[in-house]
Amino acid sequence: MTNQTASAAPHVSFRNVQKSYDGETLIVRDLNLDIRRGEFLTLLGPSGSGKTTCLMMLAGFETPTSGEIRLEGEIINNQPPHKRNIGMVFQNYALFPHMSVLDNLRFPLKVRKLPAAEVDAKARRALDMVQLGSFGSRYPQQLSGGQQQRIALARALVFEPQLVLMDEPLGALDKNLREQMQLEIKHIQQTLGVTVVFVTHDQSEALTMSDRIAVFDKGIIQQIDSAERLYEEPANAFVANFIGENNALVGRVERIEGEHCDVRLDCGTLIRARTGSVAAGDRTLVSVRPERVVLDDSAKGCANFLDAVVKEFIYLGDQVRIRVDLCGNHDFTIKTPISHLDHSLRSGDQIRIGMDAAHMRALEPLPAA
Amino acid sequence: MTAASNTADALAPPAASVPSLKKRLRRAEMRKKLLYGALILPLAVFLLVAFVWPIASLLTRSIDNPEVHDNLPHTLRELKAWDGEGMPPAAVFTAFAAELESAKGSPAIAEIAKRLNREETGYRSLIMKTARKLPLPADTDVPSALTEIDARWGEAETWRAIRRSGGATTPFYLLAAIDRSIDTHGNIVTAPPEEAVYVNVLMRTFWMSLIVTGLCLVLGFPVAYLMAKLATKQSNMLMFFVLLPFWTSVLVRVAAWIILLQNEGLINKVLMAIGLTDGPLQLLFNRVGVYVAMVHILLPFMVLPLYSVMKGISPVYVRAAVSLGCPPFKSFWKVYFPQTLPGIGAGALLVFIMCMGYYITPALLGSPQEQMVSYFIAFYTNQTINWGMAAALSAVLLGATLVLYMVYARYLGPTRVKLVKPR
Amino acid sequence: MKMKLSRTLIQSAVAAAALTLAGTALADVTVISFGGANQKAQDKAFYGPFAASKGGSVTPGEYNGEQAKIKAMVEAGNVTWDVVEVESPELLRGCEEGLYEKLDYSKIGAKSEFLPKTVSDCGVGIFVWSTALAYNADKLKTAPTSWADFWDVKKFPGKRGLRKGAKYTLEFALLADGVKPADVYKVLGTKEGVERAFKKLDQIKGDIQWWEAGAQPPQLLASGDVVMSSVYNGRIAAAQKEGKNLKIVWNGSIYDVDSWAIPKGSPKRDEAYRFIKFASQPENQRVFSAEIPYGPTNAKAVSGMDPKIAAELPTAPENLKGAFATDTEFWVEHGEDLEQRFNAWAAR
Repeated sequence: MTNQTASAAPHVSFRNVQKSYDGETLIVRDLNLDIRRGEFLTLLGPSGSGKTTCLMMLAGFETPTSGEIRLEGEIINNQPPHKRNIGMVFQNYALFPHMSVLDNLRFPLKVRKLPAAEVDAKARRALDMVQLGSFGSRYPQQLSGGQQQRIALARALVFEPQLVLMDEPLGALDKNLREQMQLEIKHIQQTLGVTVVFVTHDQSEALTMSDRIAVFDKGIIQQIDSAERLYEEPANAFVANFIGENNALVGRVERIEGEHCDVRLDCGTLIRARTGSVAAGDRTLVSVRPERVVLDDSAKGCANFLDAVVKEFIYLGDQVRIRVDLCGNHDFTIKTPISHLDHSLRSGDQIRIGMDAAHMRALEPLPAA
Repeated sequence: MTAASNTADALAPPAASVPSLKKRLRRAEMRKKLLYGALILPLAVFLLVAFVWPIASLLTRSIDNPEVHDNLPHTLRELKAWDGEGMPPAAVFTAFAAELESAKGSPAIAEIAKRLNREETGYRSLIMKTARKLPLPADTDVPSALTEIDARWGEAETWRAIRRSGGATTPFYLLAAIDRSIDTHGNIVTAPPEEAVYVNVLMRTFWMSLIVTGLCLVLGFPVAYLMAKLATKQSNMLMFFVLLPFWTSVLVRVAAWIILLQNEGLINKVLMAIGLTDGPLQLLFNRVGVYVAMVHILLPFMVLPLYSVMKGISPVYVRAAVSLGCPPFKSFWKVYFPQTLPGIGAGALLVFIMCMGYYITPALLGSPQEQMVSYFIAFYTNQTINWGMAAALSAVLLGATLVLYMVYARYLGPTRVKLVKPR
Repeated sequence: MKMKLSRTLIQSAVAAAALTLAGTALADVTVISFGGANQKAQDKAFYGPFAASKGGSVTPGEYNGEQAKIKAMVEAGNVTWDVVEVESPELLRGCEEGLYEKLDYSKIGAKSEFLPKTVSDCGVGIFVWSTALAYNADKLKTAPTSWADFWDVKKFPGKRGLRKGAKYTLEFALLADGVKPADVYKVLGTKEGVERAFKKLDQIKGDIQWWEAGAQPPQLLASGDVVMSSVYNGRIAAAQKEGKNLKIVWNGSIYDVDSWAIPKGSPKRDEAYRFIKFASQPENQRVFSAEIPYGPTNAKAVSGMDPKIAAELPTAPENLKGAFATDTEFWVEHGEDLEQRFNAWAAR
């Protein structure tokens, strides 16, 4: 997926990093993470999950309580932030309001004491890169949110850092602009080949942009993988629920057979699913994505074939969501293209649905009730 | 389709009512303006009555010159015919004697005497003495009779003084307020050095205000910065201490400083006890005492605007600067400090302008060398009742303050403030 | 000065409250004086007995002689002060300018009952007071005897107190420079005389601690901030009563009369006259002089006085040696010029 061949040595690595603010609770519990050179890595998680703290430790604004952080192989735990040469884009852009756009871009270059001509040339090139070449003499508050965002990006890149951190940089933009900016950031990253660590709590943003995504919860990484694998093969219920929509069915694992297992659901039906981290006899959650549930005739070919009662239809234009009662789950959702829908179906109707074993996953043992 | 055409109709104004749309808009706007006007009316009236009108009347006082003009109109009319050389015609003497006689025994004569005495010391007793001898017996030669009462009536300069002071308005006070006067030939001349005082005092007022403002900034900036950085609970506590002095009157605080700073006061006793000085330091009745007390009183006026501006500056700016490779102190200086300029400007302007009008503190804690313009305004208002002079000094002070404000507005004012407005 | 405002307010409030409680229907006269020990003595000699005699009650107040307040009241037609203690130049000027009522002596008593020069068109003398040299006998080994000693900073090192203003300061400077008391105003009336006075002042400019309120010099003397000071003689007596070892040098002292005057347009003119008449009685003036050593103006008051008290007064023959009266006319004429010149000098 990366556009460059990842070199063997990681660009950044976290080893056994912990962080506590009050000496009682760990906001980051045990972080081990290798960031590859040139990759676009997203730290995804709900607020308070520790993702921003990780970013701040990497930037140097927070110090790890224990463990070590390496950049290019060097331990940087005690290196002050201004010596790390890491670009950073902040949530509200943090453009200096008392400087013109061009001065904002010149700032990191002047600090590095580059010759004036070079400062100017680089700043202008950065401005052109984000297509705001004619806005150099404006002040930040004379620009729109999207334009400010681009300037902030240009400023973080103008001094040519190898690593750029972005802390929810698109949070303040409206939906359309955000989607446009996602692509733009991604393109610039690919063109320049820099390593980007991107923090967000928006899973669709993470899925769109990232080479890899690290899903954070409760201070630890729950799973780190490509978007596709996170979606299709979530490691646990948290990841399954946090990324995309998910249906869960509760049951007990009866038998494990290689990649697959048989699970006796609480309503008595036996189903076949892929094995997550469960063993025979565990109570477990079986997860299935709504779009993987089949309604029409092809359902008969599926490994699992269950009875359900239609509760509600929700039309989304190109597709329909159907809420059904299935095996004690009153909120079981099915997503199907409108062209595949049987229009005679009414709520209260009894239907049979099919789910392939390949798309069902017995995630992890449930803690004893 | 019908909906669409309806919209089109509504958008296109009917041919007959093309001007009326504008009119209606104006009427609607007018109603809004009237409402806004009504909202600020009470304040506007208050300002007019309590601010604009008193200042205007004060400014007119500084050029007002009614004493001779109103009380000796005939004499002045007769004096017009005189070329100023040699003796004035007899008609002047006659008119003067008649008018002086009618003013005799009324406050008018005191006004004339007081005003003319300002032109030339000794004039007051001349007027009083002359009035006492009036009326003259019938059919005497008035000029020689007056000259007999006092030889000064036979001097042209005596009459020129009356003519000089006879205008309805005079630049006398305003000129005196900047150590200038008009000599007998109508030229503006500088006062002799032993009498010149106000230019010096005005410069001193500026200088002392500048020092106090500077001290307030140096002391107030770190406090405001700390308050903006600390958690709400602690910054509230600090704010409480900053505002604490406001709870006692200025006079009480000045009195407290007298007790602390006097020769046998607490500070001198402590300094002597720990052996830093042998004898008491002179801390009172000089600049030290005045600066200490003024800074103490005015510090909150610096801290509050600074704090409110700093509170609005997100800490993320400095972080951003650091992340761009700028060392922490330089980041503070290049990125944080410039954003506090509106606060510094507002605080400094506030403190400076308040300093310019300071009276009580220098009066109680300073020697005559520490007195500022206000002291002399009070002196002329209360002690000598020379309200023309008091008004002129006020006008000069007001003018100087306005000039200062314009300079501020030009270099640190609204346009700059807008550019650095915190997001 | 201003700090006393609150005390004045409290006093007025207490007086007003006492009046309300007593339920007296008598009109209330507002009498303004210079405050301090002087006002205390007035209270004992005049205000209290006046109320006790059922003449009416007195609301006391104080000021620092600012004629502006009276001028403002008279011009606004809202006169709230009924009787005011005024110094002589202000009385003369105020009388000419119409700030004060021309007095009707039939309501007070014959002018002949008073010492000469203590009664005028607008004012009735209250007492004769003096500005003299005083020193702290605990701090000075040898006693100064003249203003020349006051100027001698070698023999008497330390700061000296003088009233911030041209009046008296210039006279003292000329005395120190060897001018005879009788010639002081003649010399000061010339340009050279003024130069001479300021030149003399230049000699000790750095050693002068200026004071403004009469209460300050006794404090400055007692605390040792100054070794000598010009003082109002009555203030020293008050400090002596408190046990301070302060002494007066009468040689070269300048005396003046403080007078009662009625601001023009006072709505309580009759009560004001009644108060002035009461305060001018010899027995009341004797009480006053016993409280504070200021000389009475009523000729009869002097005769029946305790000789010990009489000896402390500025009007005692022994104390009048080397003393002289302030020239009111001179100060009315030259005051503005000289004060301006003084301000310019002091501010440098």
